[in-house]
Amino acid sequence: MLFTTSRFIFFLLGVILIYQLLPQKFRWIWLLISSYIFYCFSGIKHLIYITVTSFSTYLASIMLDRIQKEQASYLKENKESLSREERKAYKAAMKSRQRRWLVLCMLLNFGILAVLKYTDFMIANINGILGAAGSKRQLAFMNFVLPLGISFYTFQTMGYLIDVYREKYPAEKNPFKLALFTSFFPQLIQGPINRFDELKESLFAGRKLTINNVSFGTQRILWGFFKKLVIADRLLVAVSTIIHNTDEYQGVYVLVGMFFYAITLYADFTGGIDIAIGVAEIFGIPFRENFERPFFSKSIAEYWRRWHMSLSSWFRDYMFYPISVSKPMLDLSKFCRKHVGDWLGKRIPIYLASIIVWFTTGIWHGAAWNFVVWGLLNCLVILVSQECTPLYEKFHNRLKVGNSFWYRMFQVLRTFWLMSFLRTLDCYQNVGLTFRMYSTIFTRFNLMELFRGGLMKLGLTRYDYIVLVPAVCLLLLVSLTGRKGSVRKQLSAKPVMVRYLVYFAIFLAVLILGAYGVGYDSSQFIYSRF
Amino acid sequence: MDTILEILRGLHPDIDFESCDSLVDDKIIDSFDIVSIISDLNDEFDITIPAEEIVPENFNSAKAIYAMVERLMEE
Amino acid sequence: MKVKRIMSKLKFLMHKKFLANLAAVSIALLIIILLQSLLMPKYVTAIPEGNLVREYYDEVKKHDLIFIGDCEVFSNFSPVTLWEKYGITSYIRGSAQQLVWQSYYLLKETLTYEKPKVVVFNVLALKYNEPQKEAYNRLTLDGMKLSPIKLEAVKASKMEDESFISYVFPILRYHSRWSELTAEDFKYIFKRDTVSHNGFLMRVDVKPVTTVPEGRKLADYQFGENSYAYLDKITKLCKDNGIELILIKSPSIYPYWYKEWDEQMVAYAEKNNLRYINFLDLTDEIGIDYSTDTYDAGLHLNLSGAEKLSDYFGRILKDEYGLEDHRNDEEYRQIWEKKVDFYYAMKEDQYRELKEYGYLKSYGAASPDN
Repeated sequence: MLFTTSRFIFFLLGVILIYQLLPQKFRWIWLLISSYIFYCFSGIKHLIYITVTSFSTYLASIMLDRIQKEQASYLKENKESLSREERKAYKAAMKSRQRRWLVLCMLLNFGILAVLKYTDFMIANINGILGAAGSKRQLAFMNFVLPLGISFYTFQTMGYLIDVYREKYPAEKNPFKLALFTSFFPQLIQGPINRFDELKESLFAGRKLTINNVSFGTQRILWGFFKKLVIADRLLVAVSTIIHNTDEYQGVYVLVGMFFYAITLYADFTGGIDIAIGVAEIFGIPFRENFERPFFSKSIAEYWRRWHMSLSSWFRDYMFYPISVSKPMLDLSKFCRKHVGDWLGKRIPIYLASIIVWFTTGIWHGAAWNFVVWGLLNCLVILVSQECTPLYEKFHNRLKVGNSFWYRMFQVLRTFWLMSFLRTLDCYQNVGLTFRMYSTIFTRFNLMELFRGGLMKLGLTRYDYIVLVPAVCLLLLVSLTGRKGSVRKQLSAKPVMVRYLVYFAIFLAVLILGAYGVGYDSSQFIYSRF
Repeated sequence: MDTILEILRGLHPDIDFESCDSLVDDKIIDSFDIVSIISDLNDEFDITIPAEEIVPENFNSAKAIYAMVERLMEE
Repeated sequence: MKVKRIMSKLKFLMHKKFLANLAAVSIALLIIILLQSLLMPKYVTAIPEGNLVREYYDEVKKHDLIFIGDCEVFSNFSPVTLWEKYGITSYIRGSAQQLVWQSYYLLKETLTYEKPKVVVFNVLALKYNEPQKEAYNRLTLDGMKLSPIKLEAVKASKMEDESFISYVFPILRYHSRWSELTAEDFKYIFKRDTVSHNGFLMRVDVKPVTTVPEGRKLADYQFGENSYAYLDKITKLCKDNGIELILIKSPSIYPYWYKEWDEQMVAYAEKNNLRYINFLDLTDEIGIDYSTDTYDAGLHLNLSGAEKLSDYFGRILKDEYGLEDHRNDEEYRQIWEKKVDFYYAMKEDQYRELKEYGYLKSYGAASPDN
């Protein structure tokens, strides 16, 4: 069930109504039931995967909890009799017992994800190798259908398990509560990837609806609809025209495609997240923010701290840090410092961990080489710019432009276009084609074609542009306003009339200008593919 | 404590680490910095800092880092 | 005392706030409703058949005869002729490619307003066992007043990829027409001109039949189960209400009417004790001349053809079904006089347009240049 369907709206209204009618202590159970109903719309068969994930995570976390309790009481009882070394050894032994459960559960769940998501990718590669080796044998594809939200909920539950392992918080004793945390419906389609400690209170509290929460949540949902229906779904038509007709649309069109895709993806993904956060907000549940005006970033590294934050922080906390500060890594670093030199030795943990993380980020986004190359290129740019920082600083100091408005503007635009170039990798069919298209930017100068009606041939009419230009300007304006704190808070300080007019205008814009219904392909949220 | 300040200054010479107590929250040090701090601490104090210790509270100020190092050395 | 005063003041304020909100919501709703009427297609000069279903509601609903069915009823029968010649009061609840279930629900809806003596159903639609096209669904259903019957009709009619809710709130379907609005949309926002004569769409132009089509061979001539199920429902509905049901096949020579189909209808009529008239077999008796009596080479009859057919059918209705002659009834006369005037005025205007432009510009005809 997509967010931007009337079915979802009715579903949500039903959930809200019954939620409010139920006594407080049953409300979280109702949210769980609704989430499972929501999940059924994407195929009843898929329920098995999400259930296995929540249940196995529950079991493992309970085991971890038990071992931790055992350890605590043992250490307390034998406080006097144990020497420091003995205590250390005991702790290490208990940790490794815990680790076994952790690893087992992670293998199972990441295993499910990997099998469902990457089997066909592996088969394609094996077939490629077989073909290159001259063999006629080809393996058949499995064509697994990815269960809804599996990439998101797997990461979310594994984050929970690792946190329990790290004793950040105790394990949840009620398996159904953990099941709700795993399956809570607003986060299933495209995240955000939430953290248990941030949700546990509100998610199970069954707070009653308040006017404030409901109106803030509704506004957020409305804004999400606007981004998604008025901007993203409309612009997507032009993007797909460009990327699917590569013989025709080269040169400047590639740049146009990049630009349009940047806006489309932003409007689509942030719009979807706005809806998810808004829905949760109605129930008084604070989801993680997933974006912080990413297109205003001044470097790629900063961009990734502000784009899809719940995913990048997951990778940072559960992958980058553990790998880069692990014992083998530090030993390797020491070894390199001794035998190769300080320069490399210091960098080796960061470099290796970054490469692993970006490879995984790439493949998380899609089982194809495009995404791997995309991830690694991101990594490359980040590391290169990290190395160049001293150089930049010298340059800034000499030219004294370091902080001028125009220079910051330049940095923002540079980051925007750099990211747009990289992002193109997930548009075109394969890596080779993408690079061929890059090259046409330089070999085919056809700028004038755009103004000689080229823009009108992309599947958008004059009227579409008449809608898009102000809508995107509004998007920009809201982002700019957002720098001074929550836009909705700023708006709520305005007189009632103004506020109502704004809401109603946005509602009408969605209703009338939205690209939905007959004549529009109601496309899925781009990010729910992952 | 001086050793820690030295490590930090090696990364960002222009920051007053003695008084700043929001290194992570204000994005003064990033994840790359944290990893090199940990690797340096590992050398200087011969302790292992597990990944679960990497939370903003432990890295927001030189004092916090110092407290973490002391705690880990005692264990 | 003081507390009470504060309380009552508070109550007053709350009251005021509530009223303000109520006013805001009402204004918002009003604007949306207005926008909805603006955005809906008006079907006045182009595709007038889109207005047929809704025009019924403006009628004084006292008809002895109701037609249901597709274009073969709304183009081929003229209620005004039936009135002029026999004093029969009739209305055609026809619409473009009206499918059997739609006929059933339209009849059911009609029966909530009035009880005719005879219902005539054109059987061509039986060849469609499932919903065909969104556009035709819209032409039939959008004009229906919102009621439980309409919702049932939508449920039975909608294609898989159509959304139910957009029939309840048509703005969800037509919102993107904002970029195609014409002066006509503004002109007819509140009230549309009447386009039909009791459901009859008049066309005076002529396009003779040049070739008589041979039916392509079909794999299966059996009408579908769904079609029959709804025909059964129509039959039952009429029986339960004591209404005579007549099945007809209108004398349009295209789409092709197979003899295998005809046999099924004969059998069905016999089994259910109904009258089935295939006018295709009676064209000579009726006097239809396909070189002058059709405006699109045989698909639909034009005015001249419709008048001949109505005259012929009217005699059957009068002689064999005893439909009353209301011409001397003052109440009916007043109503029908206006209709007759409108009928001849339109006829005249159509001839004028034909002379002026060479085609019926504002009566849904395509320009010959296209």
